[in-house]
Amino acid sequence: MITFDSVSFRYDGAARPTLAGVDLRVEEGELCLIAGRTGSGKSTLLGAVNGLVPRFTGGELHGTVTVAGQSTHSRPPQEFAQLVGVVGQDPLAGFVTDTVEEELAYGMEQLAIGPETMRKRVEETLDLLGIAELRHRPLRTLSGGQQQRVAIGAVLTAHPSVLVLDEPTSALDPTAAEDVLAAILRLVHDLGTTVVIAEHRMERVLQYADRLLYLPGDGTVRSGAPAELIAEADIAPPIVHLGRIAGWDPLPLSVRDARRRAAGLRERLAGHLPPGPAARGGEVALTARKVTVSYGERIAVREVDLALRGGEIVALMGRNGSGKSSLLWALQGSGPRRSGEVAVPAEGAGAQGTDPGAVSARQARALVGLVPQTAADLLYLQTVDGECVQADTESGAEPGTCRALLDLLTPGIPGERHPRDLSEGQRLALVLAVQLTAAPGVVLLDEPTRGLDYHAKRHFGQVVRELADGGRAVVIATHDVEFVAATADRVTVMAEGEIVADGPTAEVICSSPSFAPQVAKILGPDPWLTPDQVAAALAPAASPEGAR
Amino acid sequence: MITPLPRALHPGAWWLWALGLAVAASRTTNPVLLLLIIAVAGYVVVSRRTDAPWALSFRMYLLFGAFIVVMRVLFRIVFGGGQGSTILFTLPEIPLPEAAAGIRLLGPVAAEQLLGGVYDGLQLAAMVICIGAANALANPKRLLKSLPGALYEIGTSVVVALTVAPQLIESVQRVRRARRLRGASGKGRGALRGILIPVLEDALNRSLALAAAMASRGYGRVGATPARTRLLTGLLVIGGLLGVCAGLYGTLDPSASRLLGLPLLLGGSAVAVAGFLLGGRRVRRTSYRPDRWRGAELLTAAAGLGAGALMYVSTRVDPANLYPSLSPLSWPEVAALPVAAILVGLLPAFLTPPPPPPAPAVPQDAPALQETRA
Repeated sequence: MITFDSVSFRYDGAARPTLAGVDLRVEEGELCLIAGRTGSGKSTLLGAVNGLVPRFTGGELHGTVTVAGQSTHSRPPQEFAQLVGVVGQDPLAGFVTDTVEEELAYGMEQLAIGPETMRKRVEETLDLLGIAELRHRPLRTLSGGQQQRVAIGAVLTAHPSVLVLDEPTSALDPTAAEDVLAAILRLVHDLGTTVVIAEHRMERVLQYADRLLYLPGDGTVRSGAPAELIAEADIAPPIVHLGRIAGWDPLPLSVRDARRRAAGLRERLAGHLPPGPAARGGEVALTARKVTVSYGERIAVREVDLALRGGEIVALMGRNGSGKSSLLWALQGSGPRRSGEVAVPAEGAGAQGTDPGAVSARQARALVGLVPQTAADLLYLQTVDGECVQADTESGAEPGTCRALLDLLTPGIPGERHPRDLSEGQRLALVLAVQLTAAPGVVLLDEPTRGLDYHAKRHFGQVVRELADGGRAVVIATHDVEFVAATADRVTVMAEGEIVADGPTAEVICSSPSFAPQVAKILGPDPWLTPDQVAAALAPAASPEGAR
Repeated sequence: MITPLPRALHPGAWWLWALGLAVAASRTTNPVLLLLIIAVAGYVVVSRRTDAPWALSFRMYLLFGAFIVVMRVLFRIVFGGGQGSTILFTLPEIPLPEAAAGIRLLGPVAAEQLLGGVYDGLQLAAMVICIGAANALANPKRLLKSLPGALYEIGTSVVVALTVAPQLIESVQRVRRARRLRGASGKGRGALRGILIPVLEDALNRSLALAAAMASRGYGRVGATPARTRLLTGLLVIGGLLGVCAGLYGTLDPSASRLLGLPLLLGGSAVAVAGFLLGGRRVRRTSYRPDRWRGAELLTAAAGLGAGALMYVSTRVDPANLYPSLSPLSWPEVAALPVAAILVGLLPAFLTPPPPPPAPAVPQDAPALQETRA
């Protein structure tokens, strides 16, 4: 269906090619997962399928890309509309009209499809994706998962034979991600659509993939069966790590496969227990009482009580729109707060502590630091060094403080680089360093792991642990259960603006199947959460078959 | 008789209706007739509008109308103008230097003077309110959708611009909030830069993403149209529109040469129409559930245009009571013909199908469904 014939691509001014000598074939009806670290060229590969690369990005493309026998060289992306459907990372950015029904029809209008056919296809697509009840809704009022399904529906109405998806579930909570994946699988199984999908959260997609395209980062692409290729890939979901630790061959890709083979591993682990939550929690670093946030009629956070202790990492979970971000902003003092109290102990503030919402922005920042969801909003200077110097002056810190913090978090970021040219993980580190320059005792992070690959996530987890070990209280709002399992001490789950669960990580996330990490699903009911815990438990035993 | 099924009318029909009423308003200064026109427009809006955001703007137009009347009267009081013998009260006059002879500030206020202001203001207000009624009844985006095929690209750019504006506001708010996180006060040149750069960056990224998304969905397909035809279409449309502009100027400016007037206007229109037709023929695009002209649309347009036409006839037959006399002061009298003309404009409130009922509210995330799955 899709063929790349010795394709090489280099962005203008780039030192080395993003793709070099790529030869590959994707057969009709396959679900094909593209995996690789950040910056390895996944998006470039996806864009090349319908010719957006190089026509929209610039750069030089050699070789030929053909879809169903048509070369992208001779025809612009517009002419591929009925062959290739493309869904970008942010569905909202790609919407042209403003209601669901019109958006579904837009592509067909461009292709001059007859009115009766259009009517019929819109109805079919609404049903296929389970969004019929949303048909008259304005697109901006939909939740993230609904928007993603509408975006998929909007390209499906043109009946493309290839569907290209760039990170379709990375911004979604576990349940919404499942809805979107279920819709995609239905297309593959019922309509035989060829699907090419790039996803950082491989644990969600790997088990369904017929083919894995692995980008090691040197411009080449390796293509093969997922179970074989993943064995040598440097990025892998927790289930594959567990398989490697246990020495399973072939590696399991789905929880079901692993669970069926896990009896032996469970026996070996009998007698061991994962390290319980260390006695963390020093001084109380922040207390919130009956915090309420409302936007007009809508109540985003309803009378939430929360206590944070120094040295503790708290994960804040819950579906999109459950009030996580509103709570973080209210705690920091910069966001609206209808009622309730927030108190942070500070020098000279007495027993009650200081309310970050009642002092100036500069003082609030020294009490509670917040890294917002779109971290890049905080950056506006031309170079990394410029941002660091600015951070030192605005926090009244010693010159060089910010740069030293940055080197501690992620060493080796060139100072003259433009912040926009940093990788996702580096930019996050820069913003975090800027916020830490003010030396707050409480650090709040809103969706920090979005767009990070497994390595960057692991590194970021260590950074967060160091912050906590330094006596700070850290709160991370996130959808990423695997990251929570590996990093957090305590999990708080929100729904409809209220806290519905609050307790040690293992207790909270293992009690609900949609929040449980893969390892817990495989080794349950024992509370193992991460492959690292299992490896540590097995290591002293040094069992010969385990050390492969 | 079976009541017609609820549906939305073609936006063009509402615009024609409203323009007809506005023409009727422009033909009279009789306050009774003008108030009747406002009442008719208001009644039709109330009985035929939906609950969409643009439909709620009608109140703003009413307030704007009231503002126009008040301003007109205030101007008359402050600057004088319009002589009258029925002095109501006298304000202390502010003496002006010789150079400003002929202009009077304050001074005696006559009843004729005030009434004249009210009549003038009411006429302008009625016309503005008619336009407001069209805005409240017709979805502006659907109106753009019914543009001729050759203007499709312009229509799309306007629609996209309309959706970008709220996004831009959102992104300014987000960045301003983020600035506070860095302890910035939000004032001064530094703050402007701190807001402007991330917002512009955001807007640029978003428009690139949108352009790529639109292209990959087939927007701007030229298909097999030869480049020469495209060039010709463009030349015809632009040239024709320029001709129309020049022609309009010629007809409105009495000092311009005769040749610049009507002939150029007609010629320009013809060229532009030719361009539209040529362009429309090459467009390979269809429209999803287009608004169609049916009986109710024709009736609505006819009601508005009929009101305007009857009023025009009435100026020919009996202009006296359309412009009530101020000197001597007299009660405005009303003849049957203009009242009938205006009441024709009320017909759409009864004879058109009612608007579709509001879409049922759907819970944000359908929580019941997700909980059962969890």
